[in-house]
Amino acid sequence: MKGKIIRISGPVVYAQIKGAINDLVRVGPKGLLGEIIEIRGEQKVIQVYEDTVGLKPGQIVKNTSMPLSVELGPGLLGKVFDGTQRPLNDIANQQGIFIENGVDLPALDREKKWEFKPKVKSNTQVKPGDIIGEIQENKSFLHKVMVPPGVEGKITNIKEGFFTVDEEIAKINGKKLSLMHKWPVRIPRKIAKRMPVNEPLISGQRVLDFLFPIAKGGVAAIPGPFGAGKTVIQQQFAKWCDADIIVYIGCGERGNEMTEVLQEFPHLKDPKTGEPLMNRTILIANTSNMPVAAREASIYTGVAIAEYFRDQGYNVALMADSTSRWAEAMREISGRLEEMPGEEGFPAYLSKRLAEFYERAGNVKTLAGEKGSISVIGAVSPPGGDFSEPVTQNTLRITRVFWALDASLADKRHYPSIDWLASYSLYHDNTQEWFEKNFAQWNKLRIKTQELLEEEAALQEIVQLVGLDSLPQKQQLLLLVAKMIREDFLQQNAFSEEDSYCSPSKLLAMINSIFEFYEEALDKELDISKLRTSQATEKIAGLKYVISQNMDEEIKSLKKEIKKSIKDATLGGSEK
Amino acid sequence: MTKWHNTIQSIKGPLLIIEKSGDIAYGEICKIKKGEEEILGQILDVSQDKAVVQVFQSTMSLDLNTKIKFTAETAKVGVSEKMIGNIFDGMGRPKSNKTFVAEKFLDVNGKAINPSARLQPSDFIQTGISTIDVMSTLVRGQKLPIFSSSGLPHNELAAQIVRQATVKGEDFVVVFAAMGITNEEANFFLNDFKKTGALQNSIVFLNTADDPSVERIMTPRVALSVAEYLAFEKEKHVLAVLTDFTNYCETLREVSSARSEVPGRRGYPGYMYTDLAANYERAGMVKGCRGSLTQIPILTMPSGDRTHPVPDLTGYITEGQISLDQSLLKKGFIPPINPLPSLSRLMGLGIGKGKTREDHSSVKDQLYASYAQGLEIRQIVSVVGESSLSDIDKQYLEFAKKFEEKFINQGFNESRDITESLNIAWNLFKLLPVQELKKLKKKQIQRYLK
Repeated sequence: MKGKIIRISGPVVYAQIKGAINDLVRVGPKGLLGEIIEIRGEQKVIQVYEDTVGLKPGQIVKNTSMPLSVELGPGLLGKVFDGTQRPLNDIANQQGIFIENGVDLPALDREKKWEFKPKVKSNTQVKPGDIIGEIQENKSFLHKVMVPPGVEGKITNIKEGFFTVDEEIAKINGKKLSLMHKWPVRIPRKIAKRMPVNEPLISGQRVLDFLFPIAKGGVAAIPGPFGAGKTVIQQQFAKWCDADIIVYIGCGERGNEMTEVLQEFPHLKDPKTGEPLMNRTILIANTSNMPVAAREASIYTGVAIAEYFRDQGYNVALMADSTSRWAEAMREISGRLEEMPGEEGFPAYLSKRLAEFYERAGNVKTLAGEKGSISVIGAVSPPGGDFSEPVTQNTLRITRVFWALDASLADKRHYPSIDWLASYSLYHDNTQEWFEKNFAQWNKLRIKTQELLEEEAALQEIVQLVGLDSLPQKQQLLLLVAKMIREDFLQQNAFSEEDSYCSPSKLLAMINSIFEFYEEALDKELDISKLRTSQATEKIAGLKYVISQNMDEEIKSLKKEIKKSIKDATLGGSEK
Repeated sequence: MTKWHNTIQSIKGPLLIIEKSGDIAYGEICKIKKGEEEILGQILDVSQDKAVVQVFQSTMSLDLNTKIKFTAETAKVGVSEKMIGNIFDGMGRPKSNKTFVAEKFLDVNGKAINPSARLQPSDFIQTGISTIDVMSTLVRGQKLPIFSSSGLPHNELAAQIVRQATVKGEDFVVVFAAMGITNEEANFFLNDFKKTGALQNSIVFLNTADDPSVERIMTPRVALSVAEYLAFEKEKHVLAVLTDFTNYCETLREVSSARSEVPGRRGYPGYMYTDLAANYERAGMVKGCRGSLTQIPILTMPSGDRTHPVPDLTGYITEGQISLDQSLLKKGFIPPINPLPSLSRLMGLGIGKGKTREDHSSVKDQLYASYAQGLEIRQIVSVVGESSLSDIDKQYLEFAKKFEEKFINQGFNESRDITESLNIAWNLFKLLPVQELKKLKKKQIQRYLK
């Protein structure tokens, strides 16, 4: 179907063409990618995913009559795509350093052959989502080939061997089946059933795992002003969390950050498999200077890919950095459409869109009856760090974990700068049982830690007024221990090889040592300033840099040190 | 080939609404006859019967009889290596009578650098300023803005960086873009560049406060197009200094309000983030190219407010910021860079063994921690007085004081190399007991704490 351009206003083009909402169109002589987003009689409103400079009224528009879709199949892992799933590495190889307009390259490599091993016999009855075969995509990842949505019947001619993504591997009801299929990004893929979330997604970040855990299949938001470390946390999560697949969406963020991931991940090892992290990672990079409409699409592209891996029975973690830029893209398009604005110029459907996106997370039983999950971690960039703005507020109504980043902590170089008083997780109850089973004491210590930190906050206010030395000794001790928790436990150095990832057992050993120290010191007459600089506190401070294998030994010697240091700091050398 | 048309229907601020005639493209440049002069405009919106033109110069004395002509070109700038050493106006036209044969014409909006073609910036730039070099290190290909306020010497600082910045003895080509700064400020820069010889190695684009404001929208684009050409085609190391982005954003707001767009925060347009990013993201290093483009945008925060949309959106795009501080200036410390709210996100790869010195990272952490502690105690003192302080607290107070006097305060004319800056830090550490220096490694203490 063909038509012509009527008007161009930034990324929005009006055209005279037949079509339906969300149809993908090609605009102008270069065939820029666009999508119909509104119908005004004969006139269609198109958001264009590429730069529209140079387009003229009267130029041609073609309707592909397909919604914006992603290609799903082997070959996604390790790649970097833009917001509409164009392969950026291939584009760079073809065009050099800048992205030109009107590129039309397939997302999946059409040349590469994959070794396909069938899991079902010919003449079996199959339905959508059924796993019919496997491909060892890389050393650590087994790609499961599924019957595409909407296809059902008797499978015949199933083959074994090496195939490209569009060669026939079998027939279903006489129709060709290949390794790849397409899926419209804005539609959630079908599942059998939603399951309760009850297992934590371990990130290797102490403050998150211990105080504010997210569950596999859960949703979390990280709002914070710039410079507070949102991106570092997202990247730490992408590096170390115990998911099988990571989808990382750089939505309207910095180009150099994407490069960081691209250059670092191939050299880092997945703690679970020992293979390069890039082998389990898919990047969607639509940086801030790339077209704004493609930024709007990038979130959907990412989540559709995540769903594809979930359907294979994997745990997927999706990072969206940042959902505020996504919301701004919506605002920009909405403004061009001259829609009646809601709060702060954002469209009235902002909260609906946010909710729809986060609802695509979850722990599910797949159509094939397997267990799969998508956990979503969305960064929010509130203007001026003010959490009362619409994107933060609408996000918090949906997400169940809130990691509040605090600029004043970041200024003190307390990283990760997560405010332990303002943040929360509603997954404590869900994950309690799992933690109790695997790490006794976990919940008890967590509650103790939180109580202690809250007490500290109250005491700090008094200290501001009267000074530390005028407090009773017991409270001085509490402040000392709270400081140890903050500096030696909650602070974690993302750039240190030993401390970047902390296993739950190491975490537990660390916090346990601090409380052993506290309990040993409690109810004794102590010289607190002596205790502050004692060997034991120094050793506790050094625990984060001890590698897991040496932890047991270190803890053993620390136990002795705690006893000794506290004895040394006891006034008059005698216990009360 | 193209004709003059007489089709203006209305004029509003910098915008003309014209009745469409012929073939007009979105983003096309047009010429408008204003007396003897031809001024430039650009198509912002075009439909079958109408188009909106944004005029880059003043629309004064234009009327419905004014003639307009379409060039069939999008906004382009002619670039050439020969431009180095010369001064241009905000649209890229030479200020002198010299003409330049363009080696190439580039679209001023540029194209997005493919993220997978980028290289991670990792070469240490020595600015000769201790607070920047040690604590918020600038690396080649980074965009690091200076957050300033009225009354603070950001111009002097920028000039100092231009004078002193070097990578292992290699100098930069400086692309300097002035957007709406006063003539006095512009002269300050020009004189400084001339005096120090920096001008020979610079390309200057001047849009001063009395120049047409809408032209300001083009100034950084033109400057960065030239900068990109020199960096990525001529493989030079380019340092782009752009000042003042607050003026630039004022113009964005002016145009947006003339178009009756739905405003975002404080009247600035909702697309300001995207617009700023389109400028700031034009920095970096790319694969297969020796050159680099480093950006130092300068902006003045209205009443020092970091949450104001201009610094706020900038901070979300750039890779850190250098913050100037009124209270440091009042105490006479120059350059008044406050290290605590300053940050360089890319410094990690640019420092350490083989780049600066192996103790750099630890020294930086220790300076931050100790200075922050010192300031905290300073605050307590203001409430409870100094008498109730412990000895160690007093030592921290002294540290903070000496840190400001010796480390921050170096003047605009002194250039310190990185070893010297680090050594000053080590001298300051002597003011504190060794067991307080938790961020430093034992080996480093043995080696440097003499």
